[in-house]
This record gives sequence, C-alpha cells and structure tokens, in this order.
Amino acid sequence: MDSLLAARLQMAISLGFHMIFASLAVGMPVLMLMAEGLYLRRRDPRYLELARTWGKVTAITFAIGAVSGTALSFELGLLWPAFMELAGPATGPAFTMEGFAFFTEAIFLGLYLYGWNRLSPWAHWLTGIPVAVSSAASSVMVVAANAWMQNPVAVETLLAEPHRFDPVRALFGNPAWPVMAIHSTLACYAATAFMVAAVYAWAALRGHRDPMRRSALRMAMALGTVAALLMPVTGDASAKFVATNQPVKLAAMEAQFETEAGAPLRLGGLPDPETGAVPYAIEIPGMLSWLAYGDTRAVVPGLDRVPRDLWPNVPVTHVAFQVMVIAGVLMVLAAAWYWWIAWRRRGAVMDHRALMRGLVAAGPLGIVALEAGWIVTEVGRQPWIIRGVMRTAEAVTPAPGVVTTLVAFTLLYLLLSATLVWLLRRIGHGPVPGVTAPPGAGGDGGSGSAVATEALASASPARSGAAPSSASAAQATTGRAGTPAVPDATTIEAGLRRPGAGTGRSACPAVPGAMTAGAGLHQRAAVAPDGPGPGGPSGSLGARGAGRAATPGVE
Amino acid sequence: MVFVPVGVGDPLPETVVAVVLMLALTAYAVLGGADFGGGVWDLLARGPRAEAQRQAIARAMGPVWEANHVWLIFALVLLFTAFPRAYSSLGVALFVPFHLVLAGIVLRGAAFVFRAPAATAAGPQRAWASVFGAASTITPFLLGATLAAVSSGGIRVDADGTVTVDAVNAWFSPFSLLVGALTVALFAYLAAVYLTVETRGALQEDFRRRALGAGLAVAVLAAVLLPLAPRTAPHLWELLSERGRPLVAAGAALAALSAWLVWRRRFLLARVAAVAEVVVLLWGWALGQWPYLIYPDVTVFNAAAPDPILRFALWVTPVGLLILIPSLWLLFAVFKGDNPQADEPVGSPRAQADEAAARPALRRDAAAASPAPHADEPAVDPAFQGEPQAERARGGAPSGRTGR
Repeated sequence: MDSLLAARLQMAISLGFHMIFASLAVGMPVLMLMAEGLYLRRRDPRYLELARTWGKVTAITFAIGAVSGTALSFELGLLWPAFMELAGPATGPAFTMEGFAFFTEAIFLGLYLYGWNRLSPWAHWLTGIPVAVSSAASSVMVVAANAWMQNPVAVETLLAEPHRFDPVRALFGNPAWPVMAIHSTLACYAATAFMVAAVYAWAALRGHRDPMRRSALRMAMALGTVAALLMPVTGDASAKFVATNQPVKLAAMEAQFETEAGAPLRLGGLPDPETGAVPYAIEIPGMLSWLAYGDTRAVVPGLDRVPRDLWPNVPVTHVAFQVMVIAGVLMVLAAAWYWWIAWRRRGAVMDHRALMRGLVAAGPLGIVALEAGWIVTEVGRQPWIIRGVMRTAEAVTPAPGVVTTLVAFTLLYLLLSATLVWLLRRIGHGPVPGVTAPPGAGGDGGSGSAVATEALASASPARSGAAPSSASAAQATTGRAGTPAVPDATTIEAGLRRPGAGTGRSACPAVPGAMTAGAGLHQRAAVAPDGPGPGGPSGSLGARGAGRAATPGVE
Repeated sequence: MVFVPVGVGDPLPETVVAVVLMLALTAYAVLGGADFGGGVWDLLARGPRAEAQRQAIARAMGPVWEANHVWLIFALVLLFTAFPRAYSSLGVALFVPFHLVLAGIVLRGAAFVFRAPAATAAGPQRAWASVFGAASTITPFLLGATLAAVSSGGIRVDADGTVTVDAVNAWFSPFSLLVGALTVALFAYLAAVYLTVETRGALQEDFRRRALGAGLAVAVLAAVLLPLAPRTAPHLWELLSERGRPLVAAGAALAALSAWLVWRRRFLLARVAAVAEVVVLLWGWALGQWPYLIYPDVTVFNAAAPDPILRFALWVTPVGLLILIPSLWLLFAVFKGDNPQADEPVGSPRAQADEAAARPALRRDAAAASPAPHADEPAVDPAFQGEPQAERARGGAPSGRTGR
C-alpha cells in the first residue's frame, strides 16, 4: 500500500468515525432541550427523566466527537501538510470560528451536565441552548472549509496576490457553502433522530411501552420527520449546484460517461468505467437533464469531457449516491408510516410490532445516508484535494510510516467503537413512578436499569401534588413485593443495564444477591459494617450502598 | 546576537498573532495541564484512600475538562491559520510523535468517558480506568519533548519546504527527554496544588504530600536541565540569558514560593503561585525562542499567512472572547467559584448528585467507595424545588425505615 492510499484511508476512517459522533452531538442537544422544555411546561417527570438521560448521551457523543475532532485537526497537518500550507490560511478562519463554537459548546455542556443541582430549572434549560446552537454552528463552519476545497473561491488571488485575499468572502461568499451546510446539518438531525427512535422502538419490542418511552419516540420521530422531509429539498439544491459547479462530480454521481442531451436518470446499477456502461441500472429518460437543469432536453456534460486521469472513482461515487438517496427515501417512508399508525392508534403506537421493527431497521439509515453523502462529496472531488488547484497525491505527507499509523488508528477506532456500543447499550432509564411503571404492569415498567433502591442522587423536582404511589419504583421494577417504599423517588438516575437484562422482568441485579439486597436494604443499613459492603465488585450492591450510608464520613 | 530575518511589511500583525497563540498555549498548560496532572495522580493513586483520590480527581475535572481541552484545538487552529508553513513542517517532522500524542489524547478522552469508580466498574470500564492514567502521563511527556524539539535545531526546513529531522538531536537527546519529564512533573504539581484547594481532611493532606513530592521532582529536573541547555539548545540559552534572565529567576522564585505555601497549607495562595510559575516558565521559553517557531529555519515572520488572514484572526479573536470569557467565568463560578464543592467532602450528597447527574453510571456508583455523611444529614442546597438529596443520594428512604 502506498502512502497516498494509506493516508486517504486513514482520513476516511477518522472522518467516518468522527462524523457519527459529531452528528449525534449536533442532534442530541435538540432532543434534550425539547424534553426539558416540555418538562418545564408540563412538569411531567417523564420529560425530566428523558432530558437527563439524553444529556448523558450528549455528553458521551460530545466527548468522543471532541477527541476524534482533535485527531482530525492534527491529521490534516500530519497527512496532508502541503494542502494545509496552501489551504490553512483560506480555511483557517472557518476553523477559528468553529473553534469558538466548539469552545462555547464545551463550556455550556459542562454547565448543563453538572448543573442540574446548581442552577434553577429555567437557567439550566437556558444553558442547553448554546449547546445546541454551537454544535450546529460547528457543523456549518467545518462544512465551509470543505466547501472551499470543492469550490476554491479566490484561490488565484491567494496564490498570486496573497495580500489582497479576502478570507471572509472566499469562505462565506462561496455559493457551495450554504447548500452543503444546510444539507449536512440536517443530515445530522436525521441521523440522530432515527437512531434514537430505533432505540425506543427496540425497547417497545422488548415490552417497554410506557408513556415516557412513547413520548421519547414521538419527539425523536418529530425531529426525524422534519429533517427527512427537508433533506430531499436541500439535496436537490446541492445537486443542482454541483451540476453547474462540479460537472465532473455530477457525471460520476450519475454515471454519465458520455455527454448527452436529454440524459436519463440512472437508478442503481454498477458503472463500468472501462466500457462506459451501467449494467443493472433503471433509466428514466430525460430525468437527469430535468433535475440538473430544469429542462428534459438539456445537455449534461459527461466524463468524456475530461481526461481519464481526472476522473474520480465512478463506481464508488455512483453507488454511494444511490445508497444516500435510497436511505433518504426510506426515512421519509418510515416517518410517514409512523405518523399514520400514531394517528390511527392513538397512544398505542408502540404496540404495533411491525412498525416498531421497521423503525429499528430504519435506525441506521440516517447515519448511512450521512456517510454515503460524504463519500459522494469527497470521492467525487478526486483526484483533487483542492479542486483544480492541488491534487491529493501532491498533498500527501512525505513522511514514512503512514501504513503503520493507518493500522494503529483503525484498531484504536475499532476499540473505541466497541466500548461505546457497550456503554451506550447500558444507558437505560430509571423507572418514573406512575409514568413508566403503571401499577399492575407486571414488572414491565423499568427498562432494566437502575432500581430505586440503588439509584443515585438526582435532583428530582417535587412533583406538584402528585405524591408517588407506594407501588414504588423499586417494586414496579423488580416486580417484587417487599421492596421498601421509596418516597420521592420521582426520577431515578439513569443507570446502566446489564447486557441482556432487558427482559422486562427484573431490572436490576447486576450481581447475584442484589435482588435480596433490595428487599433487605434498610435492615442491613442499620447494621452494616463500616466500609464498603462485602466482597469487592461482586458484593451486593444494596448492601454496599447501605453500608456506605451508615458509615460516618471519614474526614 | 542572532540574526532575525524579518518579512516584508509591518511585523506587528505576526507578532500579535504569535502572542495570542502563546496565550492559548498558556491557558492549555495551566488548565489542560492540570487535567493531565490529574491523570498522573489517578495513575499513582495509592494507599487506603486511593479510590477517594480518584474520585476527587474525577470530580474536579468533570465539569471543566472538555473546555480545558479546547485550548489545544484553539492553538492548533491558530497555528495553521496564521503560520501554515510552520504547521506543515511540524506535521512532517513530528509525524510519529504527534500520532502518539493523538493516540494519547483520544485514549484519554475516551477513558474519561468510560471510567467508573473502581468499586462499580464493570467489564471494559476496568481496563479503561488504567488507560486514563497512562495516557495522561505519556501525552504531556510528548508535548514537552515537542517544545524541546522545536528549540533543539534538530528540525531543518529548506527553502523549498523539504523537512529533514535529526531524530537523535530532536527527540532522543537528554534535553528533550528531560523537558518531557519536567512537563509531566509540572503538570502533576499543578494538579496536586489545585486538588488541595478542592479537597478537605485526609484527602487534602494526601494531595499536599503529592504536591510537595512533585515540586521536588520539578526542582531536581530543572537543576539537571540547566547545565544541559547551553549545550543542546545554545541559541535558546543565549537568548534566555540575554532577555529572559529575570523571567527565569522569577520562575524559580515562584516555584519556591508556591512550594512553601503548600508546606504552610496556604493552598489558595499556593494555587496562584503555581499558576504564575508555569506561566512565567512558559513565557521564558517563548522569549528565548522568539522569533523562531522552529529553530533555525522557520520564524514567526517567514511562516506567516498573508496579512488579511492575520488581521482576520486578530479581529475574530476579541469577538470570540466576548462570548467565551463570560461563559468561562460562568462555568468556573458555578463549579470552582468560592468553591461550594470545596467544603464538601468527596462523596457528599451534593458532590454525588452532581456526579450522578452528569455521568452514565453503573447503578453501583451510588455505592462508590467514598464515605458518605449520615443519612439524615440534610442536603446543603436543596436542588430544584428542594427535596433533600441526601435521601435520594442513596435512592432509599432515610435510614431507620424498614421495608414493608
């Protein structure tokens, strides 16, 4: 493997990984704010529980997005030094503003996450707003830098008369920027919303169909629907711009090998650059000309207009483009299906198993569309790193060892992905009495997460008037009688679930003995020995917690 | 006197941007550095209160570590915006070490997210706990060695931009390795001093001892470095003795002062002195290095971006700071201000409530190995609408209540 391919792969893997978490970090704050806003208006604890849990997910995705983003800003210089030497000044202003946005996000996320108990409810909600705004701004700014690579405005000035180069005009006067920025930021919302919806649809299939989760699903689908419906509109605008600005990229996207009037739209197919044929494609006559130029007879320039060495990888670009479009269409269909069922079966939408399965299947579509879209944009730009100015091959680092770093970073990201999947799977909801665990639900309430007796502190609001029933959270979750009543456990820390503990029955015991620990918690508390409960990590939780409770502070 | 090549035109914008870049690096050293130091102490946590130490570190870092990390990104972006040639040269010259730094940053950030108190960690979380400390120690070592490498003269950049690295001189010289070690020691010292402010009782004593130990390490390393500097980085030494002498002296004085304050348990003042010490040492290095970004070929002037870009960077910075400074003030006021946390022992309901609200924790986090106050102790500050949290901190009823 040569340095160029290795460097491109390392960049692709780093970006592909980063994009998943960056997009979640753009979308999650919106859901989190929606939930907390609803809580403030309705004082319904289910929304508070959702906001808290989603805040945690936001924190994780932000943290991983932050480190992988840091990695990318280093890698730009490590893998593409010549590119950064030329493009650094031009794209720098965008990255500078992105830095400020990112900084703001980091600050307010810290306030939001750790400030539940330190800020008034409204103040707390307000700290979430900069998180959502600045994460979207980050996305928009980074895309501005990429848009300049696609369409390097004023690059002649930069090369010939640098002292006359206007970075602001070059970046933000770039017509490629707004269409790309809106399209890709919306993609972040769609990706997040469908992922979250899939999580709750999955929970519904596992028997967790309480009002809280229904609200969560509805909020996610609301966000997802808005994004999914807007995507085709912004996508069309993007493609029309590409048609006029980057005809070679459009030709690769549409597998248009020959310049032709009244070009057809090719759905699917596997383009063969050698023969110029596109087997297996369905052709809609004149459609491409109409989509690109608004006239079914318009001439669409083909790849034959440029020498072969300036072609991007046509099969990859075309197939990725098809994948993106299909994913987009499926998201719209999934959204329509959901609202249809939601309207037909008020309040029982989660009982519709086929729909829930469909939403689980639709979960990755947003991420798939996002990644496929970026493949189209980046592979379609090849062989240029800055279109028409610098080739990717000229930009790659002369340093040896790129293959090694590629392998190392691929392994690193695989490790991170595995751990993250593990962690995110174990974030569950605590039971919210009267919301998640209707009495008589047969222990169907808790999501298999924390039981009240082992819940952590959480600043739950005094629920106005509505004292929790003594079919307390703990009892509802564990489905056991004999658990202590838990006064005021209106919200419970979102705990982590044991893998496979989502049976909908006993939510909690991560260790043998915890079941009983719950029951005997307080008796034990009274006689618990000092120090931690028995036996390291396998000791019983309840006892441990209780032991702690009875231990005088060691100060 | 070293000849300083000056680019055409007015040197002012370059100079100002370089100063801003140094300010960002300083903020990273003082804030992010302490977070690295926290990781060092996480790695070195020993004794009966090891777990409590780790918790105190996690709690001190929790709300601010993301923001502290951003200073690095800010500095990096400023570097490639304003001094693109320096950035691309460093990218080639430091290909391997920077990749290691990256791996360290990625692992450390991820580990901080994945960690959980030892008593409650499950599965992969155990492994990540040790990753956090290890990555926090290696990364600053490499960053420090990088500073030494750009001063050592081991990185040469031709007129046509070809970069050659004399690895032995740049990387494996005792000078570079010692500067790396000194960086780790300094950060550990900073962290320990900060932690004395944020803890009480036995924990505070633990960190006081650690601060004194790290301070001693800093002193020893600095003493060993001084005779090496004239040989390895003669230009740095020359300029330091020319311009930076008062700064170096001030740095040494501040180091002694902050150590003495730690000794006398004047922790708040010690914190101020320790920060000042790091700032002064860093700026001493910058003065000795000026105007070189990479000695001896790349300077602030010959690597600078076109003027309009420098001016843009200079205009956008104050505007951005108008948003940032109040936000940062808010963040530190809420979590580090007269420090409501400081008066709370680790494991107090309030502390736990903050921590619990913020991290996705295993259920057993409530049962972390830290001591808790009595069950019926009322919460310090009723949250939201004032339910005592002490009760919910254990998610149970006040002790004494029995299950039905």
